[in-house]
Amino acid sequence: MGELLNVKNLSVTFSAYNGEVKAVRGVSFTVYEGETLAMVGESGCGKSVTAKAILRLLERSSATVSSNSVVEFEGKNLLTLSGKELNQIRGNAIGMVFQDAMASLNPTMTIGNQIIETIRSHKKLGKREASKRACELLELVELPEPQALLRRYPHELSGGQRQRVMIAMALSCDPKLLIADEPTTALDVTIQAQILELLQRLQKRLAMSVLLITHDLGIVAGVADGVQVMYGGSLIEKGTAQDIFCSPKHPYTAALLTAIPRRSMERRSDLYALPGTPPDLRLALDCCPFAARCKYAMPICKKQMPEETGETPGHSCRCWLQHPMAPRVALNGGEAGG
Amino acid sequence: MAEVLFQAESLKRYFKSGKTSVKALDGVSFQIYRGETLSLVGESGCGKTTCARTILGIYEPTDGSVLWDGKEVSALSRKERTAFRRENQMIFQDPYACLDPRMTVAMSIEEGMRRHFSYSMAERRSKTEELLETVGLTAEFASRFPHELSGGQRQRVGIARALALEPRFLACDEPIAALDVSIQAQIINLLMRLQKERGLTYLMISHDLTMVRHISDRVAVMYLGSIVEIADTEALYEKPLHPYTQALFSAIPKAEPDSDWLKERLQLTGEIPDPGHVPPGCNFAPRCPYASERCRQAAPPLTEQEQGHFVACWETQA
Amino acid sequence: MEFSPNDFVIEGVSSTEEQERLASRPVTYARDAWSRFRKNKIAVAAAILLLLLVLLVVFGPLVSTYPVAERANARARNLAPSAEHWFGTDSMGRDLFTRTCIGGRASIAIGLTGAVIVIVLGSLYGGLAALLGGRADDLMMRVVDIFSSVPNLLVIILVSVVIDSKSIAAMIFAMTITGWCPTARIVRSQMLQISRSEYVTAARLMDISPVKIVLRHLIPNTMSVILVDTTFRIPGFIFNEAFLSYVGLGVQPPQTSWGSLAAAAQGMFQFYPWQLLFPAGAIALTMLAFTLLGDGLRDALDPRLRR
Repeated sequence: MGELLNVKNLSVTFSAYNGEVKAVRGVSFTVYEGETLAMVGESGCGKSVTAKAILRLLERSSATVSSNSVVEFEGKNLLTLSGKELNQIRGNAIGMVFQDAMASLNPTMTIGNQIIETIRSHKKLGKREASKRACELLELVELPEPQALLRRYPHELSGGQRQRVMIAMALSCDPKLLIADEPTTALDVTIQAQILELLQRLQKRLAMSVLLITHDLGIVAGVADGVQVMYGGSLIEKGTAQDIFCSPKHPYTAALLTAIPRRSMERRSDLYALPGTPPDLRLALDCCPFAARCKYAMPICKKQMPEETGETPGHSCRCWLQHPMAPRVALNGGEAGG
Repeated sequence: MAEVLFQAESLKRYFKSGKTSVKALDGVSFQIYRGETLSLVGESGCGKTTCARTILGIYEPTDGSVLWDGKEVSALSRKERTAFRRENQMIFQDPYACLDPRMTVAMSIEEGMRRHFSYSMAERRSKTEELLETVGLTAEFASRFPHELSGGQRQRVGIARALALEPRFLACDEPIAALDVSIQAQIINLLMRLQKERGLTYLMISHDLTMVRHISDRVAVMYLGSIVEIADTEALYEKPLHPYTQALFSAIPKAEPDSDWLKERLQLTGEIPDPGHVPPGCNFAPRCPYASERCRQAAPPLTEQEQGHFVACWETQA
Repeated sequence: MEFSPNDFVIEGVSSTEEQERLASRPVTYARDAWSRFRKNKIAVAAAILLLLLVLLVVFGPLVSTYPVAERANARARNLAPSAEHWFGTDSMGRDLFTRTCIGGRASIAIGLTGAVIVIVLGSLYGGLAALLGGRADDLMMRVVDIFSSVPNLLVIILVSVVIDSKSIAAMIFAMTITGWCPTARIVRSQMLQISRSEYVTAARLMDISPVKIVLRHLIPNTMSVILVDTTFRIPGFIFNEAFLSYVGLGVQPPQTSWGSLAAAAQGMFQFYPWQLLFPAGAIALTMLAFTLLGDGLRDALDPRLRR
């Protein structure tokens, strides 16, 4: 599998009136061709900012991407492209789907016109051809009666249908990469499962890569090939879904897994609850961002951020427990719950 | 069987919107037993919040009745009404909206105390500090404003405010939906501990079916304003009888690596109809893979299939 | 970097105090609003300008070379601005700088009084409508609709003519008789919104009496909206006063206001333009400053713009 998207050392800082928020702190990862990579983390951990920074969708007035950051897509650094070149990639080779479909759609325009407008802004197509293409796209996302749907307005659709329309628009130019930022968060479970399944089918059918951003570790299983966990602006663990679920190496990942009740647990027994709250990203935090809440925290954790290390290929984490001098602790899901 | 605390009898609540009336609650009957946790689950718009609010008397029922300790809620005497208000409280979903932004934590917690108890100022203060510690905060939070707190801390203050009235019943409306996973566990642990210590009864509203299984004694599944199935938690999760329950439960994401929950689930076709235009017959019939002609004509009643396991479905009835 | 074995001893979770220090502590509403207001350069400039205008109006005559505005001077009629007469003199030889300051006192006082009256009336009315709800609310808001549908200036002129009194109090009465309507609308909708909020539901569940809910929850949470509305209403009153004085229904000689100064100057505008320009400029500047300040306050206090 070739590398499709290569993010190196991405850092993003927001200047707010009450200080500088270092939202993303040196994030590096790769999306391979044809894979689904899930980026998991709690609200405010920097996962959405990362996605927006990749597409250069952050407001320039408040957000600064550090100069040594690199976002390589098919060998081109997106961060240094001119606006025109960027537009050829954004919405073309890279499609996007956001959480709030209602806010992303124009309430005064029909679904058809919005899709047609999107198509024609990237491809030189006549009105009729674009309309035909719009119909195909709605069929692709498995919406019934696409012809009738083209004439409807966003508020006439249900949440699930709107999200399908958003996906159709993102697919309008056969993207190689689809970035889906919390695509199912606003939806009910049965609809969530439908949308995830659709994404999975489309990914196979169109042979594209998907970067799925979510706060819900649960939906990742069975959907993603690779999983990476983000906390306090840093990527703290990367691996295959199997790695993350079965042998988490970072105590935060392990804690996340045990915070969800499992079948094997006794009913009404206490869940493993992390103490405290995530750190304030205005702080410098030269240490591990998780140190204060970690039950395995060591003095070194509060002094320095650990490097990314990994014994097995593809599974790496940033934790001092991986250091040869550190004591060995068993982090298996069940035991971390003790 | 345990004592019944609340009894809802064919409870209806309609909302008028323009010319149509939306049947948010279309004839539900159930009991809440003292000391148990009953969970209401279902998708958005199914009427679970309306149900809790009608039980608590925030909404007047359009039809039907709510019995509290065997007494009709709408016909309580003045004195009983005060007791009803003190003993039945609510925990809200949105930690950002449930506290008055202009009030300190202490003011919020003491508001109900002033109404229902004649404590001295010193007593109120010490009670407040005690409550803050009960919910896992410290006394110094008393003078803070909601903006200075995180979502989880606000939710704790909301719980302390309800506990200040020494209630016996708490309706929790999606208490963890707005919180991060690591904070959710903190709040759930707190709620479970309080129930154990104070013998509270919970009506839990949640769409997090994994959490519901962990904390509930009984679960009621709602669809379009009706209860389609109600049973003991294990019985329901192990052997859901109603096709909607089956579909709902099979769509629960499973945080296990090899689970192929997406493939194995029971798929539903179509969308939830607009509650203003519910079809005749069984509400679920248009989406049900097993629907027959009978289902489209008459709505099935909620009947006991097994001990304590009630289902509203023609197909499961022999 | 060298590591010592001591660095690798498991200590566990940090103390609660340490956790607190690292946790994000959002700033308070007031401080947040203040810092946002301060960042808004235009609003700050408007606030400073207003402060200067008020200082000038109050203390101007004291520093003026001709502190007594009423003293006519036949030998110094219609002089152009100079070091002696900063704004020149009028047709009766009175110092225009001093007259403008004294006229400003009347204009600003009328603006403030009028705004306060409509805000109090409107808040009470709107609050009551929101509280009563149902049919009473419907009826009360239809009254507002009817009152608002009559052109404002027409009402003011009619009332001025009918009560046939040229006192300042009469003018304020004329201007406020329908002026409270927009405020009533704003306050009602804000209160309705708050009364549906979860914290009011919580208070109702605790059996807190409606009066206490209004006093403790509804009014405090409507204050910022009322404050912003007040700032926006003041320039309207200053303008209406100027207009009424201009058409001869307002402040009567020997009292003066910016409006009456401008009215007195209009006849000879072509020959002595400064006589009109100074009071007119003062009106324009004050109105602009209040409007910009109101904009800034609204942006700073709007909770939807937080975070």
